[in-house]
Amino acid sequence: MASWGEASESRLIGKRIPRLSGKDKVTGKAKYTFDINRPGLLYGRILRSEVARANVVDLDLSEAEAMPGVKAVLPLIEVGRQIRYQGQEIAAVAAETDDIAKDAIRRIRVELEELPHVVTEEDAMRENAPQIRDDWAGNQSEPNVREEGDINAGFEQAAVEVEATYHTPVQTHVCLETHGNVAEWEDDENLTVWASTQGVFGVRNDLAGHFNLPANQVRIITEHMGGGFGSKFGPGVEGRTAANLARATGRPVKLMLTRKAEHLVAGNRPSMTQHVRAGATGDGRIIAYDMKGYGTGGISSGAGFQAPYVYHVPNRRTERRNVAVNVGNQRAMRAPGHPQGAFAMDSLMDELAEKLGMNPLEFRRINDPSEVRQAQYTLGAQEIGWHRRNSVPGSGTGVKKRGMGVGSGQWGGGGGDGTQARVTINADGTVEAVTGTQDIGTGIRTAIAIIVAEELGLNPTDIMVKVGDSGPGLPSGGSGGSQTTASVAPVIKTAAAAAKQKLFERVAPQLEASVEDLRVGNHTIYVVSDRTKTIKWELATGQLGMESITEGGEWDRELRQGGVAGTQFAEVEVDTETGAVRVIKIVAVQDCGLAINRLTTESQINGGVIMGLGQALLEERFMDAQTGRMLNANLEDYKVPGTFEIPEIKSIVFDTHRKVTGIGEPPCIPTLGAIANAVHNAIGVRIRELPITPDKILIALAEKKA
Amino acid sequence: MPDKEKKQGTNISRRNFLKGVGTGTVAATVAPSVLIGSEKAADAQTGDAVASATIQLNINGKPYQVEVEARTTLLTVLRDGIDTSGTNIDLTGAKLICDRGECGGCTVMVDGKTVYACMMLAMDAEGTQITTVEGLADGDNLHPVQDAFVQHDALMCGFCTPGFVVSSAALLSENTKPTLEEIKVGLSGNTCRCGTYPFIFDAVKTASKKM
Repeated sequence: MASWGEASESRLIGKRIPRLSGKDKVTGKAKYTFDINRPGLLYGRILRSEVARANVVDLDLSEAEAMPGVKAVLPLIEVGRQIRYQGQEIAAVAAETDDIAKDAIRRIRVELEELPHVVTEEDAMRENAPQIRDDWAGNQSEPNVREEGDINAGFEQAAVEVEATYHTPVQTHVCLETHGNVAEWEDDENLTVWASTQGVFGVRNDLAGHFNLPANQVRIITEHMGGGFGSKFGPGVEGRTAANLARATGRPVKLMLTRKAEHLVAGNRPSMTQHVRAGATGDGRIIAYDMKGYGTGGISSGAGFQAPYVYHVPNRRTERRNVAVNVGNQRAMRAPGHPQGAFAMDSLMDELAEKLGMNPLEFRRINDPSEVRQAQYTLGAQEIGWHRRNSVPGSGTGVKKRGMGVGSGQWGGGGGDGTQARVTINADGTVEAVTGTQDIGTGIRTAIAIIVAEELGLNPTDIMVKVGDSGPGLPSGGSGGSQTTASVAPVIKTAAAAAKQKLFERVAPQLEASVEDLRVGNHTIYVVSDRTKTIKWELATGQLGMESITEGGEWDRELRQGGVAGTQFAEVEVDTETGAVRVIKIVAVQDCGLAINRLTTESQINGGVIMGLGQALLEERFMDAQTGRMLNANLEDYKVPGTFEIPEIKSIVFDTHRKVTGIGEPPCIPTLGAIANAVHNAIGVRIRELPITPDKILIALAEKKA
Repeated sequence: MPDKEKKQGTNISRRNFLKGVGTGTVAATVAPSVLIGSEKAADAQTGDAVASATIQLNINGKPYQVEVEARTTLLTVLRDGIDTSGTNIDLTGAKLICDRGECGGCTVMVDGKTVYACMMLAMDAEGTQITTVEGLADGDNLHPVQDAFVQHDALMCGFCTPGFVVSSAALLSENTKPTLEEIKVGLSGNTCRCGTYPFIFDAVKTASKKM
């Protein structure tokens, strides 16, 4: 049975290894799509609607077309069609400079007949609201109802009940490299696109379909990319437009979204509002759960969330709806549905525990079926110093009050079949590992090098890893669902093992040993039963001459495992005069299986915690009901965590088995509940609506006083 | 001399400039029937913008001569500028991320001080010494900040990294032994979305030991 071997046998796997792309990234040499400069490059821009809902009455491109330096202008919407959200594409230009493209956009004349819009869930659900989707009555989807057990019987057994409404607003991805592409046609039938994407092969197949080309005549390159978080899978309108502009002009075209457009049309995490009534027995078991909730994913559906979450609830009824608004659509965002669901559930857990007069951690121990989290509760509580918590919420003295909270999460991350890879050993001793995955900042490039180097007794820096290019025709899936490492690592390992086997077969006769008796380490192949018989790596490979060894691999499911649990503890300090919340410390205990690279694993846990912190305390998309526009489509008013918000983070790599699992998403889940519960523990009032901003704290404190 | 030349700069901050040209588009879309990009707005915008001049810039110790418009930012020149000899400047380390001086992705040093290159007009950079992230290393020898960033994994996607590296180097050139709080203040003008901050703080501390 295939295995990654014991920890004691691993020279590289599980150690802390700086990423291979580090030097290029700190020196500015790393080229992102945004940095690609091609001979004859043109700059593309898109004119977008400032209006949320309107009919297109007239579109006149002639003035823009006549401008010096403008090479192409393309309509992106037909006259007579309806605009359904701010930011929707109207037309695109390609020009000699970006400034000329900007000017040209302003010379496009579009006449719009404004229609009544709705941009907030409340407005959309109001009686007599404008109907913005023909297929949904009252701008709402049919409810999705699920029932298990008998909630009425459950509530009869309940000793305490809580009824509350929890809300999380829309969050946007804020990829620092905006969505964009550089498209270049070699001739009429061969297209190369540098794409800022999480899915090189997905973009290839989409564009090949769009232009009706054989897939291998479209090449997608993503050497480095500046963040996706779930929003960068297809080429999007902007990608197809870049390719169309390049085709129309016969020149390469770079088209990157503006920061504003990135907020408006490049995806977001849907909102969630849930009204929940729940009951628990006197001995601390959640016994009944009744939830009605909705969220908006823009004009589309997709506003799902997890409810109930993680904890065992025997009797439950849930009812979910999507609400349509005239705003850009949602896209998958880091653990879709989980953080918002976890926030509501972990808040509810604490409210039930408080009514029972129980320590919320003890309440979780009773209701959490996960053995892994049970162990994590112990570890995390110790690390944060749970005994220091206020036994009575809000009982601290002074203006600045401290409190502690806990939250939980779960995820899959077990990977899937479908990755092809190639490991090549060349005569000069160099080794290449090639596959069509992409490094979206998680460090898969380095993980591949570590796996190959471990197998071949070399160093990670000896391995040339080629990812982010569809050219070699070795497909791999998109980097979503925390699936990349668990999808790619088994294939790379088996490919490296197969290549090693071939090399051993080659040198076994001259070492007068059987292939089974050979090992490789420290750039040397040696015979296990007679350590005096050795051959240096380069001498062994030198005999290959023109015949490189090239082997593929297979996805051996024994090498990976899905399903992870996570727990986080937060300590916060709330200034009761200003309402400001400062997170002091987060302890993140993250189940993760075999961490190929412990250093980059810790980075991902830190990153998840910080994104969760942003959602808990800072981030919210503001829509203006009157004008239908987003009020904070920038980085000043849309707040993401900066240096001042960063607490001490203790990221604990909780590796309970030696199979590979992805953890890109799960560490962002438990943070929200942990922080919200810590705020309650600090000041004795509960904020049920994220983000927990100073105004909400001050109002809640004032209401408590009154 | 550089000081004198600086005072003779355009004296137009980009923010004011934008404020001046942006009104036409905003007003146009309030009416029920909407015209985006009226002729008047376009004229107002292009009127000032097309004035151009050839300027000399000193970037990472090398002289460049570029033709720029009044509105051209230093960042545009670094990334997309073409020297009058025909070579692309192609210093793409500094990134355009927020486009309004909020995120620090375009941070470079001008006469040793950090500047948001997206907020500085190229003409105002004449007569200064500009250092970009590409100019920090001494050949193959990384600047201590760069080396520490790699060792501590103070980067993930890496898009914000050049800005953080330049800000960190500038911080350590003024304060060789910053406390954690001073590091947070020193880097408060930079934003990361992947959440690399904890390891960035570690990296700056490590680098400070080598300064």
